[in-house]
Amino acid sequence: MPRESLSHYLKGLQDEVLVLGSMVEKAIARSIKSLKERDLELARQVIADDARINQKRLDIEERCIEVVVTQQPVASDLRIIIAILNIIIDMERIGDHAEGIAKITIMLGDEPPLKPLVDLPRMAAKAMDMLRRSLDAFVGRDSEAAVKISAEDDEVDNLYDQVYRELLTFMLEDPSTITRATRLIWVAHNLERSADRVTNICERTVFAITGKMEEIGSSKY
Amino acid sequence: MDPKIQTKELGFYYGKVQALRKVTLDVKEHQITALIGPSGCGKSTFLRTLNRMNDIIPNTHLEGEVLLDGLNIYEPEIDVVEVRKRVGMVFQQPNPFPKSIFENVIFGPRMLGLNHLTSLDEVVERSLKAAALWDEVKDNLGKSGLALSGGQQQRLCLARVLAVEPEVILMDEPCSALDPLATLKIEELMQELKQSYTIVIVTHNMQQAARVSDWTGFFLLGELVEYNKTSEIFSRPKDKRTEDYITGRFG
Repeated sequence: MPRESLSHYLKGLQDEVLVLGSMVEKAIARSIKSLKERDLELARQVIADDARINQKRLDIEERCIEVVVTQQPVASDLRIIIAILNIIIDMERIGDHAEGIAKITIMLGDEPPLKPLVDLPRMAAKAMDMLRRSLDAFVGRDSEAAVKISAEDDEVDNLYDQVYRELLTFMLEDPSTITRATRLIWVAHNLERSADRVTNICERTVFAITGKMEEIGSSKY
Repeated sequence: MDPKIQTKELGFYYGKVQALRKVTLDVKEHQITALIGPSGCGKSTFLRTLNRMNDIIPNTHLEGEVLLDGLNIYEPEIDVVEVRKRVGMVFQQPNPFPKSIFENVIFGPRMLGLNHLTSLDEVVERSLKAAALWDEVKDNLGKSGLALSGGQQQRLCLARVLAVEPEVILMDEPCSALDPLATLKIEELMQELKQSYTIVIVTHNMQQAARVSDWTGFFLLGELVEYNKTSEIFSRPKDKRTEDYITGRFG
């Protein structure tokens, strides 16, 4: 096949995107674990590792530029690269949300837990499941799957509502919980935003495949 | 945007071989239209039908219509010299005559009966300026056209076309024999010329088509597969054959 080098470059770039995806997924999982177990050392590790995620994103961006300059891609090849340039920004931001959660863990320190954490880990698991599948859809060029995954953001939004309402009752009953409850709302917000970032990835996937640039679902938040 | 040239169901045959199949295309006025496609796809044949340059090739025939400002240029009463005056052409290899720069430029006007020396001086200056060559040759108009560099020769050929004040300029791979700097000059010139002329360019260089043109037509096996705004063709082509060709996955 002609243009073997371009195909080779694109394959390499997609592999790197998947690597970044797994780094980000791990960061969210570890940040939630640190929160649940109040593992401050793990939280510090998540914060330190965010620099690696940022660097990975910059490396991929560099490689995209290199492909554009040396291969002059057009049409679907160009759209894939434009999509990657956008997707890596969204993933890097999800990494920032993980870092934000880890910072909250450190802020909570050794304060007593408000309640056992159930919905927050559920939100994290759902958002990361969406991330993993959205990247599969991107690599597998499956725009229908991307549209479906994007719609699942509603589930994360609903969990966010639930967490918010529950924490509100804690604060109303006992004002001494306000600081801790507010911080947990921040955690929920970080997770809700992460899922929103996944919907962006889905939109870029649809663009890469079909050339259509459109919003495919609007988040409640 | 009015079409300057329209082709309708245009077919062209070299003997029994059909080189163009029902090509219907509007060339928009004051725009640059690029024709791309693999070798032998019919794009140059198509270009030459636009000013009846194929007439000189024996054993060929044409069907369909080519309308210039709404008039079919293949009607029997049409004067082919007049057509070629209105629709000029620049070729792949710069082909100045073995004459002075001055004589090269005034060749066309002279053939058309313009002989007044002052007017000829004006034509030469105006044409060479329009072809962005004046500053480089104004002190040496007696020098042979063949003594110029390749890029200058191509601009001289362009000046020769412009001297007869055409409305449309056809360019058949005008930069394929030029280095990148000379190519850039021609491309910049095209952007200026499109203010006053309508340009159709055949090019093998897809980056060039993407850079210079407003509209792009993709030809394959004598058929116009896709014709659209250049930005659309190169970002989201509709036909898979176009996609395969421009992404280099053809064949």
